[in-house]
Amino acid sequence: MTALLTAAGPGERTAPPRPRRRPNLDRISFMLVFLVAPLVLFAVFVLLPFAQSAYYSLTSWGGYSDRLEWVGLQNFTQMLGDEVLLKSVRNSVVLALVVPTLTLTVAFAIACVVTTGGPSIGTIKGLRGSAFYRVASFFPYCVPAIVIGIIWAQVYDPSRGLLNGFLTAIGLDQFQSFPWLGNESTAMAASIFVIVWSLIGFYTILFIAAIKGIPAETYEAARLDGAGRFRIAMSVTLPQIASSFQTAYIYIGLVAVDSFVYMAALNAQGGPNYATLTMTQYLYNVAFFQGKFGYATAIGIVLALVTLVYAALVFGVFRLLRGKDGGDHA
Amino acid sequence: MSATTLDRAAGRTARTRRGDLGVATASHALLSIWMIIVIVPFLWTVMSSFKTTKEILGSPFSLPAELSFDNYVKAWTDAGIGRYFFNTVFVVGSSLILVMLLGSMLAYVLARFRFRGNRVIYNVMLAAMAFPVFLAIVPLFFILQNMGLLNTWPGLILAYVAFALPFTMFFLYSFFKQLPHDVYEAALIDGAGDWRTFFAIMLPMATPGIASVAILNFLGLWNQFLLPVVLNTNRDNFVISQGMATFAASAGYSIDFGALFAAAVMTIIPVLIVYVVFQRKLQGSVAQGTFR
Repeated sequence: MTALLTAAGPGERTAPPRPRRRPNLDRISFMLVFLVAPLVLFAVFVLLPFAQSAYYSLTSWGGYSDRLEWVGLQNFTQMLGDEVLLKSVRNSVVLALVVPTLTLTVAFAIACVVTTGGPSIGTIKGLRGSAFYRVASFFPYCVPAIVIGIIWAQVYDPSRGLLNGFLTAIGLDQFQSFPWLGNESTAMAASIFVIVWSLIGFYTILFIAAIKGIPAETYEAARLDGAGRFRIAMSVTLPQIASSFQTAYIYIGLVAVDSFVYMAALNAQGGPNYATLTMTQYLYNVAFFQGKFGYATAIGIVLALVTLVYAALVFGVFRLLRGKDGGDHA
Repeated sequence: MSATTLDRAAGRTARTRRGDLGVATASHALLSIWMIIVIVPFLWTVMSSFKTTKEILGSPFSLPAELSFDNYVKAWTDAGIGRYFFNTVFVVGSSLILVMLLGSMLAYVLARFRFRGNRVIYNVMLAAMAFPVFLAIVPLFFILQNMGLLNTWPGLILAYVAFALPFTMFFLYSFFKQLPHDVYEAALIDGAGDWRTFFAIMLPMATPGIASVAILNFLGLWNQFLLPVVLNTNRDNFVISQGMATFAASAGYSIDFGALFAAAVMTIIPVLIVYVVFQRKLQGSVAQGTFR
């Protein structure tokens, strides 16, 4: 029992044994409150639901009776014939592929300009006056996503929206009452724009912080070798912050696969012919409007799988790229 | 080799200055366009919030005829934004205090004490962050229902705290890990127990980390949407994000767009204040939280 709890030094797991204290009331109450209390909360409200969902997904549970009928994989085979679900899976995959790439490319470009885009003579520094861009473009991250969605739904409004007002003002009359969110071919692109718009600032800040950690000598050496700004960004900055890029890809992928809040505000019913219906929206409807809880949790399992496959892909691609870079720049 | 490089560099200097100017101009132009796209929707929202619905239906660009706060009054009272606002302050405030307390305690124990299962707990919490909340939402709904906590504030607060806990722990873990060991030993020698050591010595030393994660948690909880929509369906208890969603859905029928814009502005103002006050700190927090 005494060996169970010992204070460890900072970061040193193999520190020489210290004099151990007997467990007294102070230590026991301390552990109960500091360790057990948060863990119980976490187990009951996070771990237990995750574990239960695996079980519920194999039942035809309607929710409000105690009887759980075991149906095996029937929920999963049912999905294969569920056109709406398949469409929502496709939409979520599109979001997972497009939103991160678009957002991170723009964020990286802005971060490079702000940190290393300045004069090519003298010390390495960013574009003059770029602090303003950084501060302003981060702001949308703080605004609740639901409000961002509401504002953009108004901007996109066919007749009184800002976008069509602007387009007709510059002479593009064909957009007089164009329904950006109500047209099957533009609804997804318009929604993706809103999500990307709200996330760019956040990832710009991440990249700026990562780039500032690169030693200036690296840039000076590259410059002496005659590398221009673009070459420096691609061959010096990008490989140096690859791990930040990877983390960012994982984070933003989770946000993109979710997208629930944005879509709830832009097209609560999933858009024209389900053009923007996400898996999360469909899961929510199946569970809390149709009451098919077994089927909904099965969708949740597929959603988790999509997320895991996405994460595995990101790790795989980055490993491949890093392998190549190692060969080129060693 | 280095001599030729220097020659080339010197030869380029004249051209570079003009090149620099070109690049700077182009960059500023592109970034300015981006800034316009970021800022204009917000300004347009503020402007529209002072217009009557008739003016809004007229033209997106027309200025309001008079500066009237009618829309704000309507949104605050009739649409219940005022009530939702105070609900959110209460729920987010309580959750924030609780999650910061539990999160820092857990991070401290995991970072500073060796015991069997320590690493497992850390890794399980880390893994939990990667799973979509949507996977848990249906069972969570019934767990709260069975405990009689569905549609109650304690239920919502506990759910907020539980789902914010892994991130909080993960973020603070490294802070507690870095604290010097000597101070801890000095406290022990002076006879301070575990409780005293934590609250009087370790916690104050970790304040920078705690402030950072508190700001991030505040924004995350203030913007929380899925949990309240599912677990908090009693209209009187709505938090602001779900209140806004409901109001937006109904504004389409009642055609009260002026009040909708006003409600949007009122939702943004508190985060704008937090942002302006903590701007530097916040950007630092984001950087710290992700790359360590």
